[in-house]
Amino acid sequence: MKTFDYTVKDELGIHARPAGLLVKQIAGIKSNVTIAVKAKNKSADAKRLMAVMKMAVKQGDVVTVTIEGEDEDTAAPQIEQFFKENF
Amino acid sequence: MIVGRGRPVYEGVAIGRIYVHMKNQVLTDRKCSDIEKEMERFRTAKEKAAEELSALYEKTAAEIGEEQAAIIEVQSLFLDDLDYIEGIEAMIKSGSEAAFSVHEIGDAQASAFAALDDDYMKARATDIRDISDRLVRILTGADQGFRMDEPGIIVAEDLTPSETVSLDKDKILAFVTRQGSSNSHTAILARVMNIPSLVLTDIDIDQSLNGRTMIVDGFTGNYYIDPDEKTLTEMTAKKKSAGEYKAGLEKYRGIESVSRTGRKVKLFANIGSPSDLKYVIDGDAEGIGLLRSEFLYLGRNDFPSEDELFEAYKSVLEAMGGKKVVIRTLDIGADKKVDYFCLAPEENPALGYRGIRICLTEKDIFRTQLRAIYRASAFGTAAIMFPMIISVKEVQEIKEYCSFIEKELHDEGIATGPVELGIMIETPAAAMISDMLASEVDFFSVGTNDLTQYTLAIDRQNEKLDAFYDAHHPAIMRFLEMIASNAHSKGIWAGICGELAGDLSLTDEFLKMGYDELSVAPSRILELRKNVINSEV
Repeated sequence: MKTFDYTVKDELGIHARPAGLLVKQIAGIKSNVTIAVKAKNKSADAKRLMAVMKMAVKQGDVVTVTIEGEDEDTAAPQIEQFFKENF
Repeated sequence: MIVGRGRPVYEGVAIGRIYVHMKNQVLTDRKCSDIEKEMERFRTAKEKAAEELSALYEKTAAEIGEEQAAIIEVQSLFLDDLDYIEGIEAMIKSGSEAAFSVHEIGDAQASAFAALDDDYMKARATDIRDISDRLVRILTGADQGFRMDEPGIIVAEDLTPSETVSLDKDKILAFVTRQGSSNSHTAILARVMNIPSLVLTDIDIDQSLNGRTMIVDGFTGNYYIDPDEKTLTEMTAKKKSAGEYKAGLEKYRGIESVSRTGRKVKLFANIGSPSDLKYVIDGDAEGIGLLRSEFLYLGRNDFPSEDELFEAYKSVLEAMGGKKVVIRTLDIGADKKVDYFCLAPEENPALGYRGIRICLTEKDIFRTQLRAIYRASAFGTAAIMFPMIISVKEVQEIKEYCSFIEKELHDEGIATGPVELGIMIETPAAAMISDMLASEVDFFSVGTNDLTQYTLAIDRQNEKLDAFYDAHHPAIMRFLEMIASNAHSKGIWAGICGELAGDLSLTDEFLKMGYDELSVAPSRILELRKNVINSEV
């Protein structure tokens, strides 16, 4: 299991377009990817767009991303890079 | 040639081609027998929807801009959402039809978004409804909505207020409905629009009527489909002479409405939305005696914002350039249902949760409206009237709330104009205590449609009762006399805004009772003014 924390910098939070890109990016990954906002006690399967959006993640929220599965070692750095570039 | 009859609701002759308006298909949970086939239909529809969205994306990006196109892109993403797709597929697997499944799951997801405490996410509910509607349309093969390419006659079972909202009014020559009544929504609209129309018509409606020529005679109630040469010639001549009669009323344009003995009465117009303003100008109204607020709430998925309401009211006030505009607060409920109000079905909607009762219970709705009206009042001469009043207590509560709103706006530094506060007298209770109510308000406006319905205990939508209905019932005439006299003894003005106000056989009576204002469909004003000017009363 791999995990990293990330503080959202985008002023709109995780809104529809980048969330859609994220879901597309993750679709090819075999591992289970979970996004959680621990402070709000919310979590969602990162492959499910509406579920991710319904967390209504805002600027300044700390999200914890967990990657668990056979390709977790290669997937985790890719996903972390994606967060840095898009959120 | 097919000849038939209906009940005329507005005189005149219309000749044109038929447009059949079918009801939006109501989705029901019918079970499908072949689940595999239904799954396949859903997958095909989903592909088609994706293609449509991608074409729409290109078009929007090229013609409007990236920002709008991004919204379409979000919809494409939703269309691939696992929760959405799996939810729909699970329902189909349990035996529901694809269209119904899409509608149900789409509704559930949209409601979940609408409930979020985040304005950006809330607004995404509309995107989910939009893609669900698109899928349902593809699955049911329904048109993307009713369209008229050229002017024509609309033939329908009946039309609801939310259906007429989306019609292209410039192209409608006449309405012909199989149901309805003289007071139904379609009839009221026909009078506002000044077009000959028939209700309760003996006509078999199917798509084969589309495009055929029809003549509607709003004087006799006759209609002709595929008219022969002789009928066409006769009716064309009749249409011409009706036009000449109207032209003859032109000499009453722009002059004061005063009877031969010097009684003055103001002739105002009833309208349903800012788009009716052109009829007000054409009709030469001296003000607006009833601006309905319902139009702002119909044909949409969520409550309008204060700014939207403000802009709409302001546009009417500005267009009237200082002439009085009486705005009626929301009168929803009963026959005008709106989904997002989440009103429970009622045994007796006419006697139920409607009008001011909703506003006084759900103050948020009332507050948004009143703030919008008070803000708009700085741009013209506004008056507010409240529907469905039955007690002095209600009126006092409303007045207190209005002062609160006014003060709130002033504290925020927002300007307001002077606003008259009045009430509709449309319940027998309000009529009976009109002496008490007159001390509380600036004016009365009698809503004769509801007052008659409640006094005579006759449902205006039930055509079987038409034989028992008497618009000139002495009970109504006594009420009208009493209301005017109670208003005047307390020094306030009284008007009539129901259909009865335009009844030319009663103009003399109303002048004798001393009514200060009659508010009618804009197309009635010149004719009514002719009647007033020639009155000996």
